[in-house]
Amino acid sequence: MKLTLRIWRQSGATGRLVDYALDDLSPDMSFLEALDVLNERLITSGQEPVAFDHDCREGICGMCGLMINGMAHGPEKATTACQLHLRHFRDGDVVTVEPWRAEPFPVVRDLVVDRSAFDRIVAAGGYISVPAGSAPDAHATPVPKPDADTAFEAAACIGCGACVAACPNGSGMLFTAAKATHLGVLPQGQPERYSRARDMVAEHDALGFGGCTNTGECTSACPKGIPLTTIARLNADLLRAHTTRSDR
Amino acid sequence: MSTVPSVGDVDTIGLYRTTIGKKAVMAVTGVALLLYVVAHMVGNLTIFSGAEAIDGYGRWLREIGAVWPTRVALLVCVALHFVAAYQLTARARKARGRYEHRRRVQGSYAARTMRWGGVILALFVVYHLLDLTVGWLNPNGVPGEIHANVVADFQHWYVVLAYTVAVLALGFHIRHGVWSATQTLGVTTSRVIGLGVAVVVCAGFLSVPFAVFTGLVS
Repeated sequence: MKLTLRIWRQSGATGRLVDYALDDLSPDMSFLEALDVLNERLITSGQEPVAFDHDCREGICGMCGLMINGMAHGPEKATTACQLHLRHFRDGDVVTVEPWRAEPFPVVRDLVVDRSAFDRIVAAGGYISVPAGSAPDAHATPVPKPDADTAFEAAACIGCGACVAACPNGSGMLFTAAKATHLGVLPQGQPERYSRARDMVAEHDALGFGGCTNTGECTSACPKGIPLTTIARLNADLLRAHTTRSDR
Repeated sequence: MSTVPSVGDVDTIGLYRTTIGKKAVMAVTGVALLLYVVAHMVGNLTIFSGAEAIDGYGRWLREIGAVWPTRVALLVCVALHFVAAYQLTARARKARGRYEHRRRVQGSYAARTMRWGGVILALFVVYHLLDLTVGWLNPNGVPGEIHANVVADFQHWYVVLAYTVAVLALGFHIRHGVWSATQTLGVTTSRVIGLGVAVVVCAGFLSVPFAVFTGLVS
């Protein structure tokens, strides 16, 4: 099948969209494989290949992140760019490919952005402090099944950044809320529950992310379907952290 | 422990410094303004009981001394609501990415128009005060003659149109605002609640101009 990829090329401070016509594609290829085909061609002809992030290519690592036709990870629901197949496009389509764009995610080159802002949010409180030792018995701390399910749903976040890329406010609230929920509903996460919310939100804000307006763009773009209820949970924890002295 | 000044147990300044704290201020002031809007809407409906009912209701509000405390409270709420919205908007403008090609995935019309919709509502409130509170822009314009002023207003299709547009803008603002406020205060409710409140408020407010325009109230 044929596709024209209109790709953002950037090596310095600014960039531009460049058209690449590809006519030897298979509908069974993933979107990243189409970029591979393009890059082989570019390398063979002595041109600079398109830089893009990728790793596992099975939708669980969170490395690949592309704005495809104006939608984070492309048109398919709950699908990462690496799991998006070309059969979802029509033969002859022009497909625009851009990097994530947000103030805290500077473009490094072409389609690669620096997402270390997410690492800093996690470093601010997205962890549980425990004395490490041998693994405890699996049943040593009982966890109610609904709590385990809620925590697992939030823990499915792969930190790809689609929520920020899709948000009209450039907010990282869904990511922050996923981490706070994942740890905050489990018994092991209780001692630091409110300080975690306070510290992660403070870091989120300090990094220049926008505030949440509950439009829901993030959750519909999220390849893991992290629900907006996580944001309500984070809001509740943050409010409690700032209104109850003993929880600060 | 936080070192910023606190009011009792509440770390007010620390909370307001966060984006969520600013949203909480918007949520609380928004709920207060919504309660006023509902009370205002219910008060308007007294016009269906005749001229004396609504004029008497107006006199009663003054007699119990409800007018000026309410005005001050509303002004404080609007100011806080606006300042927080302005700060969050400025922040969002800086944070958001600009794409060459962008398609909206979800975001309802109500959610997308919260900011400019709010500005339009503020401008409408100025007109509304000059019309039915001060009376300068009212064809009758006699303070205290609520029924006569309202009837004089809604004889004109353009006044009915202006109020209809404003009430619909209010409905959209409430529709997303109610859901967003509850979410901000830590409870996820159904979006249907916001829609229901918006429909009731719109129907209540619009019943008066249309009743006058069609001659049902005169």
